[in-house]
Amino acid sequence: MLISVLILSALGVAFGLGLGWAALRFRVDSDPVVDRIDALLPQTQCAQCGYPGCRPYAEAISRDEADINQCPPGGDAGIRALADLLGREAKPLNPENGEETSKTVVLIDEARCIGCTLCIQACPVDAIVGAAKLMHTVIKSECTGCNLCLPPCPVDCIDIIKAETKPPRWLRPRPNSALEKVVLQ
Amino acid sequence: MTLTRQIELAQEAGIRTHHFHGGLRLRHHKKVSCQVAVERPPLPELLVVPLLQHAGDVTEPLVAVGDNVLKGQQIGQCQPCAAVHSPVSGTVEAIEERPMSHPSGQPGPCVVIRPDGNEQWVNLNPLGDWLNASSDSLIMQMQNCGLAGLGGAVFPTHAKTLDGRDRKTHTLILNGVECEPYISCDEMLMREQPGKIILGARILRRALGAERVVIAIEDQMGVVEMALTGSAEFAESENISVVKVPTIYPEGGERQLIQVLTGLQVPAGGRPSDLGLVCQNVATAAAVAEAVTEGRPLIERYVTVTGNGISHPRNFKALFGTPVSHLVDCCGGYTADVARLVVGGPMMGYPLDSDSAPVVKASNCVLALSARDIAAPQPEMPCIRCGECARVCPALLLPQQLHLQIKNELWKPVEEYGLSACIECGCCDYVCPSHIPLVDWFRYGKGELRKQALENEATELARKRFEEREARLLGLKHQRAEKMKHRKQMLNDKTMQQDRIRASIQRAESKGKRKPDEQTGGQTDDA
Repeated sequence: MLISVLILSALGVAFGLGLGWAALRFRVDSDPVVDRIDALLPQTQCAQCGYPGCRPYAEAISRDEADINQCPPGGDAGIRALADLLGREAKPLNPENGEETSKTVVLIDEARCIGCTLCIQACPVDAIVGAAKLMHTVIKSECTGCNLCLPPCPVDCIDIIKAETKPPRWLRPRPNSALEKVVLQ
Repeated sequence: MTLTRQIELAQEAGIRTHHFHGGLRLRHHKKVSCQVAVERPPLPELLVVPLLQHAGDVTEPLVAVGDNVLKGQQIGQCQPCAAVHSPVSGTVEAIEERPMSHPSGQPGPCVVIRPDGNEQWVNLNPLGDWLNASSDSLIMQMQNCGLAGLGGAVFPTHAKTLDGRDRKTHTLILNGVECEPYISCDEMLMREQPGKIILGARILRRALGAERVVIAIEDQMGVVEMALTGSAEFAESENISVVKVPTIYPEGGERQLIQVLTGLQVPAGGRPSDLGLVCQNVATAAAVAEAVTEGRPLIERYVTVTGNGISHPRNFKALFGTPVSHLVDCCGGYTADVARLVVGGPMMGYPLDSDSAPVVKASNCVLALSARDIAAPQPEMPCIRCGECARVCPALLLPQQLHLQIKNELWKPVEEYGLSACIECGCCDYVCPSHIPLVDWFRYGKGELRKQALENEATELARKRFEEREARLLGLKHQRAEKMKHRKQMLNDKTMQQDRIRASIQRAESKGKRKPDEQTGGQTDDA
């Protein structure tokens, strides 16, 4: 009786120490769920979800504060991916957060720009170059299309344009019907 | 058993020792365009040379509107890809967007040249003594002459050679297996210029540091074999062999040909150089010979103009930029029942909307199909899981599975089922009893996968920039807080206060002393 109690207590202490050591040794600094949610978000940093960026939104989802249908750039595909990850039911995009649109970028009309730097401060990914009283311009390849630079602009010189595709980046359309097939006699 | 020994044995036995999975036996339709000797067509009125003739970034024009150009003068450059040269001497009439030979049908930047008819060449710089030239200088010559794979993929030759050399290539395979029906430009080239091909093969072999050359041709090409083995260059060359392979479409595919010759499979996602092999088209080898021994840039190629929609099908040696309509006119024009124009063969070619599109490095064939070649459009029926597509797939894929996955946008399984290994040969399409345009689906799927890869890249970039900005803003906030703290401390600290008062008194005093000096200094300057 006594021996079994002692053995079990000794085992308990040993495992407890082992687990305690492992908790310190293999501690995970950031929450892996947040990382995995963040990996599925489109990183536009557009704040349409109501949080100041994709990572804050990911954190809010992981804390169960935000729903998974608040990201318009991610669209239905994004919601489906989040639902898969979190084991929830997919639902349609919340219209309060906006609508799913095709990818755009912004263009500064350089003739009208007064160099106020307000858009530079608003850009979440530092995609606008310029300095006070000097013309600003958008680095097109870095622009995520979040449109956060539009509201602060005092002269309304920023336009939304379609992100372009040319032959090298040309993608074949989704086939919709059988084409005429060549028959070799 | 070494590879070379395998090939030797196969040759001695007169049989192949290997085969690839699937494939189709198709009617050839080649004889019709091989009846007349190849000639250069008369100069067209205008040549439209696209600056973009291969995958990659846009080539920059090196000439301006109104410039006089010489034949062979470089007119476009693009660092990682191949240079573009003027096919004639003449005047640059425009640099603008024109219809190109491209599956997208979209226009692209082109240099429009009006020939002056003098055919005056630019100064050519051949490598006189190529037998003793270094591999680097040979590869440099290929790059300067704008050489690219003429089999259809237009991969820059210098890049392929460089990669092959760095990965210790032992055997160069010259691909003369023109397996698609109708196309006969390589066959005509091998018949008419076997010496040039063998010379080019030797130069490529030297540049690669390889030991052997294997020229693969179809078993129906008896005349070609005689031409190749009967040429003077062949007699004086060592370690060059001509191997006949059975005619099964798509045996001319690089991976399929390697499998037939060696029994080895190029790993998925890998390159032939992983196996110590480099595969080049025979026309590329001929172009290498011209580039190295004569210094001639790549400005023309053999093009087959054929099909039931052409009055007199034949092969031409056409300058790049020659409009397709000009070549058709030189063949006696279209027949009455012409229905569709295709660039490339019937299996892998793409339809051309307008015959004003020019001949480019990739155009091996212009195929005009008549109404009787084309079946009436068939409605797409559901897949009945017959498995015919998997039986003929030379890449050992499961087309029916891939089709359903792509249709339902299940991109992860699409990747896992190896869509990237699809060579778009069209065999599955050809046998599908439900008329499903499988290859169109696969091309769409590949594009989507590429798009996703690009999007992931952009997403990663945005994430990185967002995080860096957050870190920077946080740093600034900390800095400001630190400053505030410091200031508060100073306000509270009595001794520091007094130190500061003393310091400012001292500053004021020294300023008062310095002032008259500065004034005198200023006066002397004025004087």
